[in-house]
Amino acid sequence: MVSDTVATIEAFDLSFSYDRRARPGVSVVDRVSLSVARGAIVGLLGPNGSGKTTLLRLLSGTLTPDRGHVHLDGQAIAALSRRDLARRIAVVPQETHSAFDFSALEIVLMGRYPHLSAFELEGASDLAIARRAMADTGTATLEDRLFAALSGGEKQRVVIAGALAQASEVLLLDEPTASLDLGFQFEIAALLSRLNKERGTTMVVSTHDLNLAATLCTELVLLKDGRVIAQGATDTALTPAHIRELYGVIADVTIHPRAGHITVVPLGRAD
Amino acid sequence: MAAPTDLRRRLFVTLAGFGALTAVACLTAPLIGSTSIHLSRVFDRTVPFADNVDAQVFFVARLPRVLAAALVGSAFAIAGVVFQAFLRNPLASPDTLGVSSGATLGAVIVITFHIDTALLGVSAVPVATFAGAAGALGIVYAMSIARRRGTSSTVLLLAGVALSAFLGALNRFIQVIGDFTDTFRSIRWMMGSLDVGSYTDLVVALVPMAAACAAISTLPRELDLVSIGAAAAESRGVDVRRAERIALISASLLTGSAVSLGGPIPFVGIIVPHLVRLIVGADHRLVLPAAALFGGAFLVICDVIARTAFGPAGMPVGAVTAFLGGPFFLWLLFRRAR
Repeated sequence: MVSDTVATIEAFDLSFSYDRRARPGVSVVDRVSLSVARGAIVGLLGPNGSGKTTLLRLLSGTLTPDRGHVHLDGQAIAALSRRDLARRIAVVPQETHSAFDFSALEIVLMGRYPHLSAFELEGASDLAIARRAMADTGTATLEDRLFAALSGGEKQRVVIAGALAQASEVLLLDEPTASLDLGFQFEIAALLSRLNKERGTTMVVSTHDLNLAATLCTELVLLKDGRVIAQGATDTALTPAHIRELYGVIADVTIHPRAGHITVVPLGRAD
Repeated sequence: MAAPTDLRRRLFVTLAGFGALTAVACLTAPLIGSTSIHLSRVFDRTVPFADNVDAQVFFVARLPRVLAAALVGSAFAIAGVVFQAFLRNPLASPDTLGVSSGATLGAVIVITFHIDTALLGVSAVPVATFAGAAGALGIVYAMSIARRRGTSSTVLLLAGVALSAFLGALNRFIQVIGDFTDTFRSIRWMMGSLDVGSYTDLVVALVPMAAACAAISTLPRELDLVSIGAAAAESRGVDVRRAERIALISASLLTGSAVSLGGPIPFVGIIVPHLVRLIVGADHRLVLPAAALFGGAFLVICDVIARTAFGPAGMPVGAVTAFLGGPFFLWLLFRRAR
């Protein structure tokens, strides 16, 4: 699907199941192959339980596939140490909770972990990188606030800042707007789009929000029951037929005259 | 909670502050007791040791007990910090997870069945307490793996409470079938007593404790990261499984050694880390050394209260910490619930 640009992440024939003995033959991720071009924002769409989170974890190397492999710039990630991998791929989980009273800056500074040796303390350059990440995500004013006391949108932006402080070329985001209200959803989408343009960060974003996918992502991968049912450029992949197949919902897909991009209007269940 | 721009300075202040507190506690505590002695006479080099009663009371009668308190308090506090980080819950501790009860069971078995005489004169108690602590932790660990599939840390803590109760029942069963002297010994011991016989006992406990502390001291940043989530830590580059293995084995070694030296003294592993976090913040590079030092000072002070405030017979130090710790635990629980 992508030929003219260099692929950053490639997955070949990935399969994974959490408990092979209990449910043999049922894979959460089933023979998935995909390719993410450098600088692309790829959306991962699919109903609940379709394997989006598991696929992201396989791509980040925090889960090892039962079959298949993941390449990063042509190199198998299984051959990289956790630390090396973290310098190149950062992850933003769905939600982050802190049991202890870390400040927002302390959370962001944890992103510097893979760049520091065992007893090394963060230096001035690490602090500068962390502060820049906070400025880029609009969280500079939250620096000394307790992370646990922030709002959902603020937390998510601080976690994204932490991922940026990791200074990786790839960012994997798992439903980054799932628990946020409309205003914050817009804010996160605008932030990701800006980071992609300014920093050239490659992103893979899983989401349930079809309109977010339509505006933010250059390409989509559609997952159902762990399998890819379609992938390609957003305007060719996001069709009424695919939406019906994924969610069992009849929807209109049109170019919105005022928004200037594809919009999805769900009309009702197919059955 | 200030910006960690000056971590080096904060680390220095932390070490100096808590270090001074612990040193003062360890030097002052041996002066307090039924026979009053003076520090100036203790260190009076003009009098030979054999004639210096103050020095004898200080070094022979009281200092071993004070140092035992310092070591045990320190070990429980560090173990508490480690458990809290991995379970991501400030209520986790050697007591609430059943690790202390496991260590106790090991000791009670050894005392009741006289296993210690069998091993070439070497006391089997430290070995048994470590085995008991590691066994109980193994059960908790298996549950914490299950937790990643959705069991909450509240469930895990409740499981620890159930495990504690179960192991406590086993202890009592063994005491019932043991003869009177053995049972009396093990009951005394279970109440928590820091009345160690000699410096040898201290060294026997100190060796594994020092090894465990050295291992844990390589992991403060890993503890920070796992405390915000195992998956998050992994994606930041932490080898979570390795860190977990080192930290949990070390924490059970600390718990086992502490229990073998002083008995299952409760609540130190909750009170100390929590107070320390209120003062130095959440960063484990500060929390670990502060908890190690303050844990020592805390138990030394509790033991002075236990020795002196309740008449000449004294009171088990475990009763003092429980007396303070019970209400503290409830306060912590309700403060968090809000």
